[in-house]
Amino acid sequence: METKNVMIVGVGGQGSLLASKLLGKLLLDAGYDVKVSEVHGMSQRGGSVVTYVRYGDKVYSPVIDKGEADVIVSFELLEAARWMEYLKPGGQIVTNIQQIDPMPVITGAMSYPEELVKKMTDEGVKVDALDCLKLAEEAGSSKAVNIVLMGRLSHYFDMPRDAWMKAMEAMVPAKFLDMNRKAFELGEKA
Amino acid sequence: MKELMLGNKAFARGLYEAGCCFVSSYPGTPSTEITEEAVKFDDIYCEWAPNEKVAMEAAFGASLAGRRVFCGMKHVGLNVAADPLYTMAYTGVNGGVIIGVADDPGMHSSQNEQDSRHHAIAAKVPMLEPSDSAESLEFVKIAYELSEEYDTPVIIKMCTRVAHSQSVVETSERVVPEKKAYEKNIPKYVMMPGNAIRRHPFVEERTRKLAAWAESAKINRVEKGGKELGIITSSTSYQYVKEVFGDSVSVLKLGMVNPLPVQLIKDFAASVDRLVVVEELDPIIENHCKALGLKVEGKDLLPLEGEFSQNLIRKALGKDVPAGKAVKDQIPMRPPVMCAGCPHRGLFYTLSKNKCTVLGDIGCYTLGAVAPLSSIDMTLCMGASLSAIHGYNIAGEGENEKKTVAVIGDSTFMHSGMTGLANIAYNQSNSTVIILDNSITGMTGHQQNPTTGYNIKGNPAGKIDLEALCRAMGFNRVRVVDPYDLKQCDEAVKEELAADEPSVIISRRPCALLKYVKHNAPLKVNTDKCIGCKSCMRIGCPAISIKAGKAHVDNTLCVGCGVCSQLCPVGAFE
Repeated sequence: METKNVMIVGVGGQGSLLASKLLGKLLLDAGYDVKVSEVHGMSQRGGSVVTYVRYGDKVYSPVIDKGEADVIVSFELLEAARWMEYLKPGGQIVTNIQQIDPMPVITGAMSYPEELVKKMTDEGVKVDALDCLKLAEEAGSSKAVNIVLMGRLSHYFDMPRDAWMKAMEAMVPAKFLDMNRKAFELGEKA
Repeated sequence: MKELMLGNKAFARGLYEAGCCFVSSYPGTPSTEITEEAVKFDDIYCEWAPNEKVAMEAAFGASLAGRRVFCGMKHVGLNVAADPLYTMAYTGVNGGVIIGVADDPGMHSSQNEQDSRHHAIAAKVPMLEPSDSAESLEFVKIAYELSEEYDTPVIIKMCTRVAHSQSVVETSERVVPEKKAYEKNIPKYVMMPGNAIRRHPFVEERTRKLAAWAESAKINRVEKGGKELGIITSSTSYQYVKEVFGDSVSVLKLGMVNPLPVQLIKDFAASVDRLVVVEELDPIIENHCKALGLKVEGKDLLPLEGEFSQNLIRKALGKDVPAGKAVKDQIPMRPPVMCAGCPHRGLFYTLSKNKCTVLGDIGCYTLGAVAPLSSIDMTLCMGASLSAIHGYNIAGEGENEKKTVAVIGDSTFMHSGMTGLANIAYNQSNSTVIILDNSITGMTGHQQNPTTGYNIKGNPAGKIDLEALCRAMGFNRVRVVDPYDLKQCDEAVKEELAADEPSVIISRRPCALLKYVKHNAPLKVNTDKCIGCKSCMRIGCPAISIKAGKAHVDNTLCVGCGVCSQLCPVGAFE
């Protein structure tokens, strides 16, 4: 199988590390060779962060380059647009519509671009946008945005639902499991 | 068992399996998790040392005692530890010694992108370079064997993409070699000139033997492919090369980058029509090939700066480069920022307001240089703030000292600030020093240090009293402020700058991200009161923005520190 590429992008502190752990577990259990590349250190302090997840028969590079990603999962709208160039032609974006102002917007030096979903779609990219924060809160915690996104992402993976649940059980503390199951389902059905 | 494992965690697993008993390190991205993962094994004694030099010397002592040992650091940390390294190369070891050093090409979290291979060459110690997690684990075992067989410390060089990528590893059981007896051996361990003169030929002979080992070592392997192109590579560059070319070209994959083999490289070169070296940063393998008289390409095609990637190699070697589509709008940058509630913010606002020249140091607080605070004037290396303010004030002949401060974090102060402070106390410049005490090593992800009162396991430990330490050095003016209190900060800065003797201000409040820190409820803006003057925007808090002309607080980010409300002229924050 040709190597598949999934990027998880967002703002430092949004919890993308759990999402990549869950994906890694899911794909390893399915028998693939997997590589996951993360960002630590200073960039985590509210900066733009990216995690690369690659899987297939044999994976070499730990990173994904421009024009290579099959799917980009984004925790924040501007970040989806920032990393869009990494998508291959015909690729899919799954994004939270939450907007977090970056410092140049906060200081008034720039403005947050408007209608980004439309602008991305206009470039011929498939965009699946949903309000993950609202759904996460509905599930019981604003911290479950990552699991809502994973639920939505499951549409674009050829993987049985049971496998997702199993991976989640392995990665999420037992006391939060029911809440996260609900978050997954809300994302899945949104 | 097969597991998906971070490169650094696999390194730690290797330490465990190879019977390492002692770890002393100083945190530094991207090396930190090696030690953080090692401490999870109860069979390994682990500690954070005040700095890399101390860590390496402690590891050396533990090696003398007959155990397999490790010390870990980032690339610039090896500069700090270079002193013991270059002479440990002469003394050799008793128990096996591994030094883990992690380079940061692309500078994800570093102040330069120096290439650590130069240290291995200059110190004349072997260096191994894994390319994924499985090799990170395996190379630890090989390194201990080399260390003990050839009587040398061995460096394992990681880089960001190997350290912080997860890939599949297979684990096995821990095997602890028998503790070696310590035997007094003055000619070997006492490096005074008469002995060192006799050790140097041993070092040169050892390098020759290791170079011979490198000729047939399994970790230096040829992967036969096409004859048209042969690539010599190592580390993560190997992965990019394989990603682009698969098995279509011949590859010489080097697991040991110092010393480099000669015949192996000559034979490989003779077997291909075109020879290219793909290595990040400096042309070390390439220059070795050139010294052997080989026709080779490398840095004429590939950059000296930054990280490589598959597209970069595709472009350099004439392959099709995939491209994606971008939106037409300019996307605002999202640089890292001080967190909402960061205790450094109030202090930097004060320095910015007082138009201070700020000589900075290494830590989260380097972000005090970012707009709108734009407070810091200089950042060089660990501890430089305190040494530099002394020189700046002396050479300023009285012009600088009334408006200049040095800022340094608690961990950085323990690392290499104390000697700079001693210089101020001793040579008496009228310098104002601010220790930003957030009670943790922040930027590398919350490691304990000698001022926190806890050890690496989170258990109670010795606690160095900063005020008492500064007074003991001879500072009469030592005061503590709460950086959430802007009035207090302003008074302290003004008074200490005006004073006619050196002084220390300790700006003390724990990092807002620490789990034990209790936060206040998020603030809310009363939009009836807010006049849209943007006074609150001067502190660059990521939780505050302007919506429809009025201040707005993001309640998922705000921790209720109240610094913004001290700037509001109408009391709109509630």
